[in-house]
This record gives sequence, structure tokens and C-alpha cells, in this order.
Amino acid sequence: MSERQILKGCVALAEGAIAAGYRFYFGYPITPQNDIPEYLSARLPQVGGVFIQAESEVASINMLLGAAAAGARAMTSSSGPGISLMQEGLSYMAGSELPGLVVNITRIGPGLGGIAASQGDYRQATRGGGHGDYHLIVLAPNSVQEMYDLTIKAFYLADKYRNPAMILADAILGQMKEPIFLNPPPLVLPEKPWALTGARGKKAQLIKSLYLADGEMEQHNWHLYEKYRRLEREEVLVETDLQEKMDVLLVSFGSCSRMVQSALDLARSRGIRVGFLRPISLYPFPQQAVREVSREVGKVLVVEMNTGQMWDDVRLSLYPGCRARLLARPGGGIPAPGQILAEIENLVKAGDGIDESVHQA
Amino acid sequence: MYYDVILSGFGGQGVLLMGDILAQAAMLENRQVTWMPSYGVEMRGGAASCTVVISSKKIGSPLAEEPCGLIAMSKPSLLKFQDKIKSGGLLIVNTSFVEPEMITREDLKKICLPASEISYREVGDYKMANAVLLGAFVSFSRVVTLRRVEEALDVFFREEKQKLLPLMLKALQRGSRYVLEMDGGS
Amino acid sequence: MALTKVFTRPDSLRDINFHFCPGCHHGTAHRLICEAIDYYGIRERTIGIPGVGCGVFLYNYFDLDVCEAPHGRAPAVATGFKRVLPQNIIFTYQGDGDLGSIGMSEVIHTANRGENITVFFINNSVYGMTGGQMAPTTLLGQRTTTTPYGRDFRTEGYPIRMAEMLAPLEGVAFAARVSLHTPTQVKKARKAVLRALDIQIKNMGFSFVEFLCACPTNWGLSPRQCIEKIDGEMLQSFPLGTYKNRQDS
Repeated sequence: MSERQILKGCVALAEGAIAAGYRFYFGYPITPQNDIPEYLSARLPQVGGVFIQAESEVASINMLLGAAAAGARAMTSSSGPGISLMQEGLSYMAGSELPGLVVNITRIGPGLGGIAASQGDYRQATRGGGHGDYHLIVLAPNSVQEMYDLTIKAFYLADKYRNPAMILADAILGQMKEPIFLNPPPLVLPEKPWALTGARGKKAQLIKSLYLADGEMEQHNWHLYEKYRRLEREEVLVETDLQEKMDVLLVSFGSCSRMVQSALDLARSRGIRVGFLRPISLYPFPQQAVREVSREVGKVLVVEMNTGQMWDDVRLSLYPGCRARLLARPGGGIPAPGQILAEIENLVKAGDGIDESVHQA
Repeated sequence: MYYDVILSGFGGQGVLLMGDILAQAAMLENRQVTWMPSYGVEMRGGAASCTVVISSKKIGSPLAEEPCGLIAMSKPSLLKFQDKIKSGGLLIVNTSFVEPEMITREDLKKICLPASEISYREVGDYKMANAVLLGAFVSFSRVVTLRRVEEALDVFFREEKQKLLPLMLKALQRGSRYVLEMDGGS
Repeated sequence: MALTKVFTRPDSLRDINFHFCPGCHHGTAHRLICEAIDYYGIRERTIGIPGVGCGVFLYNYFDLDVCEAPHGRAPAVATGFKRVLPQNIIFTYQGDGDLGSIGMSEVIHTANRGENITVFFINNSVYGMTGGQMAPTTLLGQRTTTTPYGRDFRTEGYPIRMAEMLAPLEGVAFAARVSLHTPTQVKKARKAVLRALDIQIKNMGFSFVEFLCACPTNWGLSPRQCIEKIDGEMLQSFPLGTYKNRQDS
């Protein structure tokens, strides 16, 4: 066990990537994720890696595609507008079944928006984002330790499923420092017989996403579908903190879940019976867990830093009859624990038939 | 145990480093700790602040709605944050840059010390004001021991920066002594 | 008396009939590249990256590892490959829309980084696969399905000269424009292809070969008329030549 050391979220993420055997970074500067390329431009050469500041995010993601097709563990990082530019490449990677990691330290949108923390990219991240029938594997850390651990996990899942993965975090998680343990699991890089390294002593291979023959593309889509169903069965990550006979269940992810954690402590100290469920994998979303837990609780409070995106997934997953309410702050606002507590108290008082409404924090 | 403090001033005054050192000391005391900077589009010269939360339990929010303490090294930072401090909380002001008359809160424990002047006259370098304030803060609040803070310095003053270490230590101790010599606070 | 075979299909080129239209020069370009790959004996360490367009089916014909790239992004994909596999030979094969329009940024910056890859550029002055729309290299006055009155510089600008544009960049070691419309020109093109790969094998930097090619289907001309068109107005807009040929490494 290593000693605890204090690291910034972005740096912990970069170290996690290195611990996962990744040696290739391609990226384009954009606030608030610049700590990642700045750190890696110094760090990667020390471990025999390659750092390229690309001419655009469009180029970054396609360099990632090339490096992934060559069999390497590779990564890019960006924020909102840059992630939008990467959607073409991400769709091609999903279609070509190439692994790779994209880090989104989100900012506020739409448009140039702002650089404060936001969770407004949830929908883009979890629905695929680019064209076609696909998903990214999306993991959402809520601490500096998880910025490290989940980055390692994301590389592992991307390789296992031959699908691009995303770390969805924000400026709070990127800029925050916390003590963490750097305890990487033993590095086992998977065999990649599909990778292109030249047709030496083997048949020439092809990586592509174009299927024009009759029925080929339909078959390919069903193949991808099976992969996503398997992800949903086997790779869901969720944290729960439940009590007997809960009055309210809180659901929140990422940095926002830290505010919810504080509200939970306040509520419990006042004798309110509150449960907490945090999706860690946003795709695959913990549908089953939400369904099972909500069966025991009549009321669910979703807290998000957007106008209600994960809320859709929660409502799709709720046990029939269970009602949800959303406490929302978009545009860089951060729900304060006191505001969340007030909403919890409202819900407790409200009786059984609460309306499914959106409340501004 | 739970304590949250905002450390604030101008960029370049060492506000973020002061928070880093405090966080490191808290970790050495086996506490949970978070350090969260404010950040803006501008790179230099603007306001700088960070929030440090220290707890014996898992920390939720790394931000402080009602901080237990505030260290203000500049006028704008005092004006921005003093109303947020929890009633009965602690306010430490660097009176080398801030007139004590600007303090409007009556319900706080206050330490007003000319940290930059002390740093210049007694440590030999005005830039150690942050350490003077940190020394005063930990000696008054006792969220960590001064000894831990001294230990924590090791991480930040290595190699070519090592020559600053004795100055930092002296400044910390000077700030601490200011509090101990104070008439029980004001 | 035993007969000696003097003209054979290159080993790197699979024994499959091209799908290209009669009179199209993609097949000739394919053959020249495969001949050069055989010449240097690099088939087993070469990876091809076709752009999007008629050339995308390169993977059906080239007997080597091939990775598809999104439209215009082949140089970025090639960069990723080359940085992971510096000992391999990486080339892209891109059309005029792919390289000169949507992929302009990628090719310029890849060239400027001196990325040690080779770019083969098929310039037939029109979008082939999508059905004959205007390309950045479409000649002034040329009718396409999106310039029905002929390309007019006042509204569509001018045909873009990629070889001349890339050659001055410091990262570029070799840049040439060749044509495939006569046997003599094919011979010159063969030399350019060999030199471009030689540059990469010697780690000298970015190499670029632009081929002037015919697109009889979208030009609406017979193969013979196409050759006359290349020999006349196309050569006037796109002068042949070697624009850069760095000698030292």
C-alpha cells in the first residue's frame, strides 16, 4: 500500500492513465482541462511516451483512432466544445470497434458557454453523441481517488469491449486536491490480435466501419447491440448508502453527489431517513439498482447540475408508482447542501402523491 | 471534527500555497481533507482563493457555504467573503493591506495582524506573509498542530526551493507567537 | 525455350478485378504504389489508410493491413499509427475532396509536423463517389453537379494547388505532382512514388505525391477525351513537377 499523497484531480487522472499502461496522448488546449495536457507533456517523455498537441480536437480524436488501431492504449482530453468536435471520430471508433479513452472535463454549454462546473454533457455522453446506434462506456468519478481508479478501469473496459470509453468529470473534480492512494492493479495488457501492426507472417487485416453489402450493416448493428446489452448486465458500477424505511432516496452523480453527500449527513443528523444512490457508470446506467431501491422508497430526489438529464434515466428506471422530483442547477450553479436539505424536508412533508416537477435550487 | 476555511487574497500572495500546506498538514494528521481553488478565465493578478475542508469523516462538499474561518490578505477578499463566515467563526486579516475598519462583522473571533510588515521586518522577506498568517491560524484554531505544518513544508520546499525553508519556518513561528502573545484574541 | 514473364501483378496487389470505371486512373495509382512497396520489400510492415471516396476500397485490393479513416482525417489517423509504430511504413490515399477540402487542416498540420508518413493524393478535379460535385481542385469553367454553369472564381474561388502549397513547409521532405495519362508520365510517376517511400524509409519527413487522374464518369467524357483534357487544360492549371526533394536527412 502506497502512502497517501495529495494530488489535483487532473493530475490523478493522468497518473491513473500512466498506471494503466497508456503512453500516447493527443489533445488540444481548452479550459478547464489544461492541467492534463500540461502535466502529461512533461510526464509522458519520462516514461517513454508520446505527447502531441494536435491542431484541433478533430485531429486529436483521429490520432487516437490511429493509435488505438495500432494496438496502443491512448487517450485524449477536452471539454464541451472540443468533445462536440470529437463526435465524428467517436462514432467511427465505435463503428470500427476501437478502444480508447476520452476525458471530458465539462464546461457549461450550449455554445462557448462558460468554464464553471456543469453536468450538461450527460446526455451527449450517455446517448452516444455522434451519429449511429452506439454508446460510449461512461464513468463518472466523484473524488480525486476515483479520478485515478476509474481512469484505470475505463482503459480496462474499453479494451475488454473494444469500445471507446469516457471519463465524465468537471472543473470541481479536475481542480480539487485530495489525499489519494496510488495503488495500481497489476498491469495486464490484453492481447489485441485485431490490431494493425503490419501483415508480417499473418494475413492482412482490415479495420473499418463501412459495410455496404446487403444486410451487413444490420448484422453489425445487432452485434454492437449485443455488446451493449452485455455491458449493461456485467459492468454496472453504483454506490449506495441505504437505511431501513427511508423517507427519501437521493440520486446524484459526479461532483454534485459530493454536495448531496453533505446534505445527506445534515438530513440524517436531523433524524430524516435518507438513502443515497450514486451511478458511477452513467452508461451502462444502474437501472436495476434504481428500480430495486426505489421500490422501498416512495420518493426520489434527483440532484443535478443541469436542467434534468440523468433525471430521464432515473424516471425510466423507477419502480412503478414511485415518484421523482428534480432539484436542478444548470449554467455553473452548484446546489448548496442547505438547499438540498430544504428540498429533502419539503419532500418528507409533502405526503405520498408528490408531483414530478423540476425545482430550481 | 470538521473545519472549513477560506484562504483569500491577490494572485501572487501565496494564498493557494498556504492552502496546500494546510491540507498537507491535515493529511499528516490522518484527517480527510479537500483543497478547492477558485479559478477564473484570467491567469494572473486577479483574486485568488481556496477552500480547505478538514474532517475526521468522509468529506462531502469541498466548498464552504458558511466557513468556520477566513483568512483575508486583501481588501476585495475580505469584502467578498466576510459575510459568509459562520457566526462565532474566525476571521484573520492581514492589516498590512486591509484596514481593520473594513471588518463589519461583530460576531466573530478576529485576529488582525500586519503579516506583510512582520514578514518583512522579522523574517527579512515580505513574501512570507502567508506563512505568518498560517502560523497564526493554526495556533488559534488548532485544526492541526504547528508541528504538522512544519513537517508539511518538506513537500513544498525541495531542491532549489529548500533555501526558503528556514524563512518559512521562522514566519510560521512568528505568526504563531503573535497569537500566543495576544490577549486571548480580540 | 523457356518463356520469361516480364510483366506481372505486384505481390502487394490482390488478384481481384478493380471496381473502378473504365478510363479511371485509380487502378494505375494502386499498381504504382504496390510496385514500390514490393520494390522496397516493405509489404509486411506497411499500413494503408484510405480516405473516404472511391479510393476507400483500397482494402479490397492491397494485400496489407488497412485502416479506414473518417473523411479528411487520414493524416491524423496516420499520425496516431506512426507514433505508435515508428518502424512501420504508413501511407494515406486521399482524393481531392477528402484532402483538399474537408481534410485541409489535418494534411497541413501533419505535413508541418514533419510527420514521417507518405500521402498519396488523387486529384481528378471532381467528387467521384458522391456523384460529381465540385471539388476544391475543379477547374475554372468546369461543369459539375453543383457548378452547373461552370466553376466561376467570383463565386467558387480557384482550383487549389496542393503540391505547391505543401512544398514550402519545413516539415515536408518531398512534394511532387505527377500525371497518369500517358505511359511516359506513368514512368515519371513511378519514380516519384519510389522516392516518396524512400524518404519515409530513411526517416526524412513528410512526403507527398499528387496524381492527376481522370474521372470519365463524372466528367462525362470518354477515356480518350479525358486524356486530352488532362493533357490540355488540367496540366495548365496543375503544372507537373517536383516541388521539393530534400536530399539530406
